[in-house]
Amino acid sequence: MRETLNLLIGLAMGLNLFALGTNRLPALIRAMSLQGAALGVMPVLLELHPEWRVALVALSTVVVKGFVMPRLLRRAMRAAKIEHEIEPFIGFVSSLLLGAGGTIAALVLARGLPLLPEHSGSLLIPGALASIITGFILLIGRAKAISQVCGYLILENGIFLFGMLLVRATPLLVEAGILLDITVGVFVSGIIVDRIQRAFDSLDTRKLTALKE
Amino acid sequence: MNEVLLIAIPAAGAALAAVWPNDRTRPWFLPGIGLTHAVICFWLLAHPPPVPFSEWLGFDPLARAVLPSVSLLFLACAAYAVRYLEIRKERSNRVFVATLLGILALLSLGQQARHLGLLWIATEAVTLAAVPLLHFNGTPRAFEATWKYLIVGGTGIALSLLGSFCLGYASIYGGGGGDLTFTALTAQGASLSRPWVLTAWVLLLVGYGTKMGLAPMHTWKPDAYGEAPGIVGAILAGGVTTVGFTAILRVRAVIGAAGQGAIADRTLLAIGLFSMLVAALFLLGARNFKRMLAYSSIEHMGILAFGASLGRAGAWGALFHVWTNSITKGSLFLSAGNIRRAAGSASADEVRGMSALTPRSAALFVTGMFAVTACPPFGPFFSELKIVRASFESGHVRSAGLLLGCLLLAFLGLSRLVFAIVDGRPRTVSKASGKTFPETAGIILPPLILLGLSIWLGLFTPAVLRDAWTDAVAQIYPAP
Repeated sequence: MRETLNLLIGLAMGLNLFALGTNRLPALIRAMSLQGAALGVMPVLLELHPEWRVALVALSTVVVKGFVMPRLLRRAMRAAKIEHEIEPFIGFVSSLLLGAGGTIAALVLARGLPLLPEHSGSLLIPGALASIITGFILLIGRAKAISQVCGYLILENGIFLFGMLLVRATPLLVEAGILLDITVGVFVSGIIVDRIQRAFDSLDTRKLTALKE
Repeated sequence: MNEVLLIAIPAAGAALAAVWPNDRTRPWFLPGIGLTHAVICFWLLAHPPPVPFSEWLGFDPLARAVLPSVSLLFLACAAYAVRYLEIRKERSNRVFVATLLGILALLSLGQQARHLGLLWIATEAVTLAAVPLLHFNGTPRAFEATWKYLIVGGTGIALSLLGSFCLGYASIYGGGGGDLTFTALTAQGASLSRPWVLTAWVLLLVGYGTKMGLAPMHTWKPDAYGEAPGIVGAILAGGVTTVGFTAILRVRAVIGAAGQGAIADRTLLAIGLFSMLVAALFLLGARNFKRMLAYSSIEHMGILAFGASLGRAGAWGALFHVWTNSITKGSLFLSAGNIRRAAGSASADEVRGMSALTPRSAALFVTGMFAVTACPPFGPFFSELKIVRASFESGHVRSAGLLLGCLLLAFLGLSRLVFAIVDGRPRTVSKASGKTFPETAGIILPPLILLGLSIWLGLFTPAVLRDAWTDAVAQIYPAP
């Protein structure tokens, strides 16, 4: 069981690096949604005797992160007629190097935190931290609004992964609330992306410079 | 039961307003629901329920000390909104009214949340609910502000979720059963794992600090306050930020119980002073009077964090300051909204001589400026005095000196800009725009009443409020 889990987290970490290296938006969206879906299965793997509520959380996560969100983002992308991220703030190679450095740092950092015996030896914490770092690099380093939303979702995936440590402790209501909030968040940012596209005729956040001191 | 009504009534009102067919009568929902909310809230303030409604939710001493101020501010803004939306007939107010009521429901939920997860859900939902209000004006600048708000606010809220998980893991690692109510976490106390507690504190402070607008997580604030209608700024500055502050106080109680209170206080002190300093420096250079209000709000959030770091007396002063700041800021935002509407711009480069064009709003704006910079006899003077005294008594003399220095700088910045707008001869541009702006009672009385309340709060602080703050302090710092 632990091997399958670590394999999935390893996959997620690989997808992080892929997301940092690609310049094509559809690929970035696919990496993000695949990662979300892979993480969504995890609650079932973590439980020795999965019960219905865990299964429900897993199912809704896979549906929302794997299908609903990429669909919303693809629609926004088509409306804006963009396929590529050109001239990011942080270049693709430098992003990759930063991401790789961040992953190593995450592995080192995770050793410093005390863990329960059932979590030691798993990649949960390094994987979570690596995704959070990747998300931040994308948020800061990409110019297109959709790439930034993807970055935010990868950051969110990392936090979800971290939440696996608590899967037995957090009640269903809380998990459902969190998932609902995030879905609404993506929906709202989809609307704003659309309005920015109409108002500025572009999704390049570098054009958003009217407000400053 | 009444505490649930505080959430249910505005929520039902929001749903009803969303389907209400008539654009002209819909705004009346706001004062109607606002008044009901305030009546229940103040009834609960006078007759606090002996035990909180449930482990997850309840009108506990901390909610009692803060929520009525939000309710009062909302009522004033709601009264103002009726006339304001009449002026803005060109836009449908369906989303605006429904969202404002939804925010009132979520604020009531967030202030009363006694569960780490529930608190996060409420805060995130408030953040998202504010989005349609921010771009109500529909200009490209408004969308730019909304985008920045979403990205910065979303990241902050994600970090507070991570922090909540860390605190939860600290509890599980320490042998807890995974009960994430604040009561259970506080009871677990010293058995919480130290490295996890400290990680959680940093993340939660950054996350909820973003919501409050503490520097350096404040960057969304000037843009959002600058582009949103004044009424939205008032609700954000006096209502939404207080949820962040209550959250930090609740978490601070857990950290204190875990024996790490000293570290928490030091970080709060540092971030508070830094916010004041950043705000004061930006205030000196501000040209836009709505952005100026945002920096002033950052400064006051810094004062709150500073007060909360000084132990019991400081926390009491901070809770007092929550009230005086919300009420006074509300009056400033509403009168600034009038001036902005009459002048057609918010920049001091284009606006001047407003005392001739909008004499009443300008008078309110100037008085509000004196109030918010802590001139006696207004409320902020008394609450800041409490905080300064608490810092002298607890031996933070140099910090108190820095605080007073920042207050002076802020006063210079604010007064310079306010008088630049109010004084002088009206610009021909604003004159040419034609019709004089009618300063009717509907948009003058609410800020005027708020200013009156600000004086009253400072000079004649009601005993019931003093008791409420004392009880709340006892909740944050339980007697050993």
